[in-house]
Amino acid sequence: MTPLLQGLVTIVLGVGGCIAYFYGANLLLDKVLFPARGPKIGRNITRANMVRPWLFLFPALFVLGLYLAYPVVGSFWRSLYGRDGDSFIGLGNYQALFADETFRTAVVNNLLWVLVVPAAATFFGLIAAQLTDRLSWGNIAKSIIFMPMAISFVGASLIWKFVYANDADIGLINAIRTGLGADEAVDVMQVPFWNNFFLMVILIWIQTGFAMVILSAALRGIPEETVEAAIIDGANPFQIFFRIKVPQIMGTIVVVWTTITFLVLKVFDIVYTMTGGNFGTQILPSYMMSYMFRDDGRATAVAFVIMLIVLPVMVWNILQARKELR
Amino acid sequence: MQVAGQKSRLAWAVHLSVAALVVLWIIPTVGLLISSFRDRDQISASGWWQSPLAVEQTYRTRADAGAERQEGGLYVIEGNVFAGEENADAFAAARGTVTGFGITGRAPAAFAPGSEAELRGGGTLTVAQDGAFRAAASDSFGRRGPTIYFEAETPPRFTLENYSRVLGADQMNLAFINTLTVTVPATVIPILIAAFAAYALAWMEFPGRGLLIAAVVGLLVVPLQLALVPLLSLHFKVGVGQSFLGIWMAHTGFGLPLAVYLLRNYMAGLPRDIIESARVDGATDFQIFTRIVLPLSFPALASFAIFQFLWVWNDLLVAKVFLPSTDEAKVMTVKIADDLLGSRGGDWGILAAAAFISIAVPLLVFFTLQRYLVRGLLAGSVK
Repeated sequence: MTPLLQGLVTIVLGVGGCIAYFYGANLLLDKVLFPARGPKIGRNITRANMVRPWLFLFPALFVLGLYLAYPVVGSFWRSLYGRDGDSFIGLGNYQALFADETFRTAVVNNLLWVLVVPAAATFFGLIAAQLTDRLSWGNIAKSIIFMPMAISFVGASLIWKFVYANDADIGLINAIRTGLGADEAVDVMQVPFWNNFFLMVILIWIQTGFAMVILSAALRGIPEETVEAAIIDGANPFQIFFRIKVPQIMGTIVVVWTTITFLVLKVFDIVYTMTGGNFGTQILPSYMMSYMFRDDGRATAVAFVIMLIVLPVMVWNILQARKELR
Repeated sequence: MQVAGQKSRLAWAVHLSVAALVVLWIIPTVGLLISSFRDRDQISASGWWQSPLAVEQTYRTRADAGAERQEGGLYVIEGNVFAGEENADAFAAARGTVTGFGITGRAPAAFAPGSEAELRGGGTLTVAQDGAFRAAASDSFGRRGPTIYFEAETPPRFTLENYSRVLGADQMNLAFINTLTVTVPATVIPILIAAFAAYALAWMEFPGRGLLIAAVVGLLVVPLQLALVPLLSLHFKVGVGQSFLGIWMAHTGFGLPLAVYLLRNYMAGLPRDIIESARVDGATDFQIFTRIVLPLSFPALASFAIFQFLWVWNDLLVAKVFLPSTDEAKVMTVKIADDLLGSRGGDWGILAAAAFISIAVPLLVFFTLQRYLVRGLLAGSVK
């Protein structure tokens, strides 16, 4: 059976199975287990209504538990074992990690990524949102800046390979350098330390559109009166933007910032395709992939370190969500 | 007057800076698109920004020893460099302009057209600007005439060759179908599962509801890396292994938190009156969900579908781990990152065409369904 056919069968079976489950389980509940008739009708309806939410939730909870909650525990457990998966070595994998030079580079680089990318993407997004607001061709401009969101990280990396290429006849950067009088082409991917920033540019290029779209909606939501009052008081456009508008959308800015931060900790594609983690550009997600399939103990240990970094922001996120529910 | 002048200057500044931003953002993609249609030799001869201009490329041809004749005391071969069969592709009309010629591959344009070069085996060579050459020596050239290198103005050439090569010999067509095969089920199945759960979390009263919503928000940011090793070994244990079934299940699991979160937020915002009055009329939750809430939630369903589609289509990590690494099962991202970049690292035409094939569908989806995508983003992050 070709994969394509297999895919069609899966859609039919998956969708059919889901519908059959939800419909069948409801029928079972209402007609067989707690029928809404006979002497116990009142009690039956109450009971059916107590069970029903869990009926609706069960498939989602099962999949979420298996694919996201269990791995948190499973990964930690696995990280306590050695390469073969049988010998318990406690925190040995973590000790080996911290002794590894590449791991320390990856941590430092990752910190740089987390500091620079969300800040830059949010900043450019905010500027783009404000500038395109009320512009006659603003929507077209927004579409173009938003477009990289649709492109895969691999595709984006390839696009930027054409900018960074170590050849003045292919790479835009080197062409500009040659035009300004430089003698030889440089491989920007091999410039120590700064190559990290050239890689970050790719992710900033992708994420600015995301920040722009959300912040632009937030800017539209600002009450007109506050801006009008500021104009009457003689504030100039910069004052209106920084003193009146930005403080009012601070909450959204924080949400955008944290969302991009989570993303930065997940993206391994860019480093993997551009440098393969060489030339001092390793970050934690790509470092983990270098151990995947070779030493699961190490790989899970790196994954757990990433989890520990995410944890504080995750807790804060949950607290925010709970506040909103109330 | 003064204020008005300032205002229009500010408006100009805004127009200009947005234009600069847009140009900056679109240039890399334009470069890729243009490069993918250029002749592979021209790509490395001049930058894509010069693609409409003629390119100076170097060629090699061999003087035809069969045309050798004696002239006075000399053996002479005459001909035209553009007539050689080797370069028939580039010079179909057998005409061109020579900008330089040479006798070694290392210095293919060392001599100006019309000047005389000493051949290494003795004798001289002259190539004129129109391509006519004359090689003369006191001894016969033997069976093989001397090799002539020359540099010539070549008109710009745009072709679909890169695409046909990458789709044919490099099996990008198979990878395209694989990507499609992975993406569609992985987009459809989570929607259905999530919709029911979202309805329960939005409109049904039961103990622990708040806790579950908080848990979904927490799972939203669990790093994917954590899930790889335990799930892969689980898949092997239950006999799924690295397969399409495995990756569908994995993507379903990883997409669910966002699906539940987006749909719950949207459903919770539906007007309470409609649902309450349906309840009063005796509709069951199942009926309310399928007849009222599901149709009303179409925009949210569409936004999530677009998200999940883009995410799965563009994913590299999950495909690398949960699909077998054989050629038949490679999706486009894996194909590009692991195959083409490694073996065809210097073949820019192939890389550009491959990249454009892989981003064409997401771009199409993006530009036609942008409205839903934006709405989904807003529902997900602004409250």
